[in-house]
Amino acid sequence: MSEFRYAVNVLPKPGILDPQGRAVELSLPHLNVTTVSRVRVGRRVELSVTAEAEPEARLVVDALAKELLSNPLIEAYEIELLEGTSSIVSAAALPGVKVTRS
Amino acid sequence: MRIGVVTFPGSNSDVDALNALSVAGVEPVSLWHESPDLKGVSGVILPGGFAYGDYLRAGVIARFSPVMRGVSDFAAKGGHVLGICNGFQVLAESKLVPGALLRNRSLRFASKIVAIKPQRLDSPFTHKATGAAMHIPIAHGEGCYYADDATLDDLERNGQVLWRYVRADGAPALDPDDPANPNGSLRAIAGVCNAAGNVAGLMPHPERMSEAILGSDDGMGLIRSFVESARAWETGR
Repeated sequence: MSEFRYAVNVLPKPGILDPQGRAVELSLPHLNVTTVSRVRVGRRVELSVTAEAEPEARLVVDALAKELLSNPLIEAYEIELLEGTSSIVSAAALPGVKVTRS
Repeated sequence: MRIGVVTFPGSNSDVDALNALSVAGVEPVSLWHESPDLKGVSGVILPGGFAYGDYLRAGVIARFSPVMRGVSDFAAKGGHVLGICNGFQVLAESKLVPGALLRNRSLRFASKIVAIKPQRLDSPFTHKATGAAMHIPIAHGEGCYYADDATLDDLERNGQVLWRYVRADGAPALDPDDPANPNGSLRAIAGVCNAAGNVAGLMPHPERMSEAILGSDDGMGLIRSFVESARAWETGR
């Protein structure tokens, strides 16, 4: 068994009012920043999963992200592999998984 | 007849709800979040508060508590469930009522008296109401009702929009920036029910306006409607 560490990045879906993003945007003029727009504020959850292989661990994270970490009605999520490799499948080969090695 | 009120860690309106049930003349029963046993009650209230600290998203952790297994089974059998404020958020996260509650458009916690109006007087949660605007308190940071346009159209077509925030002239505060719409809810929706009509949630607190000594009993039409529907359901079993 290996341990795999992930980040799940959750953001409000496009089109959903994001008052936090708007508040950040409204503060920009106070910093004399004029080149920044389309700010969205979300949350990031990091977690470790023990599994035989990365694809198996990813299934667990994906199910959690759908059921608990995000509300699919209003939020979209993205899974990022932070640490851990599998001898069976290279994480980099998985579609939609961004690999950041630390 | 016995009606249950669930206490989650962080509930703060459970005692108000138990009191409103006493005022309505039924035996209030306290239910604990760690047990799926509803103690044979004929109806359930999920009260206001900050269940499990509202961590992650308001209501989501409560959704996975043992008592919610009992509540889901009870609702599936046709039992009446009323979610108030945080209880509405728990119902929405549990998918027992449609939609989601977003951060208030103002980003501020809203604590004040608002006016809401029942949209129909033939539902299990409104049939004892007068149809006039009720002035009852809100106290929430995440009460902005959201569903996509198709869902909102369905809700309106099926009569699932039970309460709307209204202006002083009685018209719904449809503009999300209207001060009478305290959180920016789409189509001024303050509360909805499921398709079957036996599960309803709303952000305002009817149980906090349940007798004259609390300011008014404006909320009792709603509480009595729910209680009588629970009684009729129990009698019909």
